[in-house]
Amino acid sequence: MDFDLNDDQRLIKDSVDRLVADRYGFEQRRAVLTSLDGWSREMWTQMAELGLLGVSLDETVGGFGGGPVETMLIAEAFGRGLVVEPYFATVVLGANLIRHAGTPFQRSDYLTQVAQGRLLLAFAHHEREARYDLSNVQTTAHAHGGTWYVDGAKSLVLHGDCADRLVVSARTETGIGLFVVDAGKTTRRGYVTQDGMRAAEIGFDHVEAEAVLTEDGLAVIHQVVDAAIAFLCAEAVGGMAEMHASTVDYLKTRKQFGRVIGEFQVLQHRAVDMLVNLEQARSMALYATMMADEPDGELRGAAISAAKVQVNRSGRAIGQEAIQLHGGIAMTMEYKVGHYFKRMSMIEKLFGDTDSHLARVAAAPSLL
Amino acid sequence: MDLSFTPEERAFRDELREVFRTEIPDRIRRKLRSGLHPSRDEQVETQQILNARGLAVPHWPVEWGGRDWSPVQIYLYQDELQSASVPYPLPFNCAMVGPVIAEFGSQAQKERYLARCANLDDWWCQGFSEPGAGSDLASLRTRATLVDGAWVINGQKAWTTLGQYADWIFVLARTDAVAKKQEGISFILVDMKTPGITLRPIQTIDGGVEVNEVFFDDVVVPGENLVGQVNKGWDYAKFLLGNERTGIARIGISKARLKRVRELAALEPVGGIRMLDDPRFRERLAQVEIELKALEMTQLRMVAQERGLARGKPNPMSSVLKIKGSELQQATTELMLDVVGPYVAPFFPEAELEGRNEPGIGPEDAATAAPMYFNMRKVSIYGGSNEIQRNILAKAVLGF
Ligand SMILES: Cc1cc2nc3c(=O)[nH]c(=O)nc-3n(C[C@H](O)[C@H](O)[C@H](O)COP(=O)(O)OP(=O)(O)OC[C@H]3O[C@@H](n4cnc5c(N)ncnc54)[C@H](O)[C@@H]3O)c2cc1C
Repeated sequence: MDFDLNDDQRLIKDSVDRLVADRYGFEQRRAVLTSLDGWSREMWTQMAELGLLGVSLDETVGGFGGGPVETMLIAEAFGRGLVVEPYFATVVLGANLIRHAGTPFQRSDYLTQVAQGRLLLAFAHHEREARYDLSNVQTTAHAHGGTWYVDGAKSLVLHGDCADRLVVSARTETGIGLFVVDAGKTTRRGYVTQDGMRAAEIGFDHVEAEAVLTEDGLAVIHQVVDAAIAFLCAEAVGGMAEMHASTVDYLKTRKQFGRVIGEFQVLQHRAVDMLVNLEQARSMALYATMMADEPDGELRGAAISAAKVQVNRSGRAIGQEAIQLHGGIAMTMEYKVGHYFKRMSMIEKLFGDTDSHLARVAAAPSLL
Repeated sequence: MDLSFTPEERAFRDELREVFRTEIPDRIRRKLRSGLHPSRDEQVETQQILNARGLAVPHWPVEWGGRDWSPVQIYLYQDELQSASVPYPLPFNCAMVGPVIAEFGSQAQKERYLARCANLDDWWCQGFSEPGAGSDLASLRTRATLVDGAWVINGQKAWTTLGQYADWIFVLARTDAVAKKQEGISFILVDMKTPGITLRPIQTIDGGVEVNEVFFDDVVVPGENLVGQVNKGWDYAKFLLGNERTGIARIGISKARLKRVRELAALEPVGGIRMLDDPRFRERLAQVEIELKALEMTQLRMVAQERGLARGKPNPMSSVLKIKGSELQQATTELMLDVVGPYVAPFFPEAELEGRNEPGIGPEDAATAAPMYFNMRKVSIYGGSNEIQRNILAKAVLGF
């Protein structure tokens, strides 16, 4: 086991850290949030130039050929910067689905475009009744004369508002399939989410589709979603680390009763408890990264769920404490801590909440 | 010891329940139940309905509209009001400035302000906190200087809740710069239209605009707007803060929210069953209900003790209610978040939610679950943070 980064990994970390430090100041981000798309195409181009969009893609499509560790480094930096570009939707979900399940042509065509920053993807999977059950798919796909058509409705599609193409899960006669559709042929209702990101409700009315897989899609969905959860865990750790650092700084500078409030031992202990929570979450985010490529779905699932439970719990505790220890200032949109708190609260409910992941761990053989 | 309510108390409660549920427009109560905030007009409308029935300021002295109710009756009133999702009579008027004027104001001030205050003809806001004076309120720096019989106020207040709606602000200002800090503060009533006052609205993390910064730049206020004696403002502020001894637990509000949590959990499917039947969720709900029941009994015990206490003198044990009550208010919003699940994500400004034609996204009330959770983080910060409440208990009750 080696917790140190190799040279390539350090390179990626340095470049993404620098990007976030230079380009993701609080005011810069605020300006981007209020733009029409809610994110910056210029930033997207930079990410492409730095190789971040193709980090986990094959070199044959212009990627970097990296693995979960490289992805984790990016996620954590994005968590620290509260990055709002559609990286998760396009790269972590969309491109990964095609990478795992696509035809050779789809892989080379779509993934090359993704790596170059010319194609935005989104994963249209969740449906109103599904809650956190990935197998609950009512949307259907039928073939007529060699062409597939998708009918149904998808909900909470992250960055579905701006995607060029959607990877859609749909039920076929033989199972759950995955299809690519031109997003322009669907009906979309886009909206802002609590954390300043974007999402959409999407309707499919006999929309022409290109088959990726016509059955057995569920295993791929699980695999990609598990890796996506590992990404979210690392992103959350980035945000938690910021909340913690900001709190410690504040305790060292805010004065009340003629002294810095950090002199009150009760507050020191609270900041220490935040640290303990942060370290536990960081460890489990690493564990999730380590297990993200595990081919045995059951082993991988239990590990990923365990990480999500820890990250959710740590994140809630750290977020609430960060606000409490800052006092009123953290209740305002003008101060950064509240934004991390909101992002963390949304991550908590993304791809499984604490209960649903706890159930998955409890049903599996012991982790230890 | 008789732990049940008397038949008279029960009849009293039933009568109030009937009034609150029939006289307050359903559209307003429905809004609150869904986690939305009443508009200014709705707050005024509600308070005027209550006031017309003697139900806006029952705890005030009788000559100014009070009812001389027993502490148990006051408790039942608060509980029924909150459980029925009726907007609470504006605390700045009814629980704060009104009682201070009634207790310490001049006869002229009482006549001028109290009836309008009870009827919400004047909307008051609270100008206590400043950027540098939060928990350490006594270190406040806004100055008031007497010039030719008038007060000239300079400085800045922060966190002024709903100041954008206010006609008047009651201000704590420093009137003696050399005295011990608690002994140089005065309590002054200021018309918000006075030249020199500017208001900067501040957006809170739930997306609403609930607080403001208020700047005072050579604001000239008639000398007669001083309440009580000069440099005694700190005593009045303590009276004000100690006044709401039991209402602060907001038990009725938590009850109403838990009821809503149950209703929504009964509609939400999870893994083939209703969320309400999921043992993991159900036990968590039960746990919060247990603690709320315990707090309700604690509150009743304190209400019973009230009788022996002097009015306006803070009971340090009320800090127990503040700590646990705020934690439980927060816990109920977390349960709501859990019920709504993935549908906490879509954000819509409140104005858009009211009377919108498009169907919402996800379960009923989904759109208010996250904002409510975010917003309720405030209840352990304001009104004396929970850390300050613990300091009070450690000192005043445990004798450290
Ligand atoms: C939504 C909202 C509405 C408000 N409305 C109003 C209003 O209408 N009018 C008004 O006047 N004020 C209002 N307030 C202000 C509120 O009363 C203050 O926020 C509160 O007093 C805390 O002060 P602060 O925010 O400056 O935090 P600070 O006092 O700076 O505290 C920061 C942290 O340090 C802790 N701390 C401070 N001192 C100690 C100590 N001695 N021991 C241990 N811990 C300590 C606090 O508990 C907190 O966790 C409002 C606040 C909010 C958030």
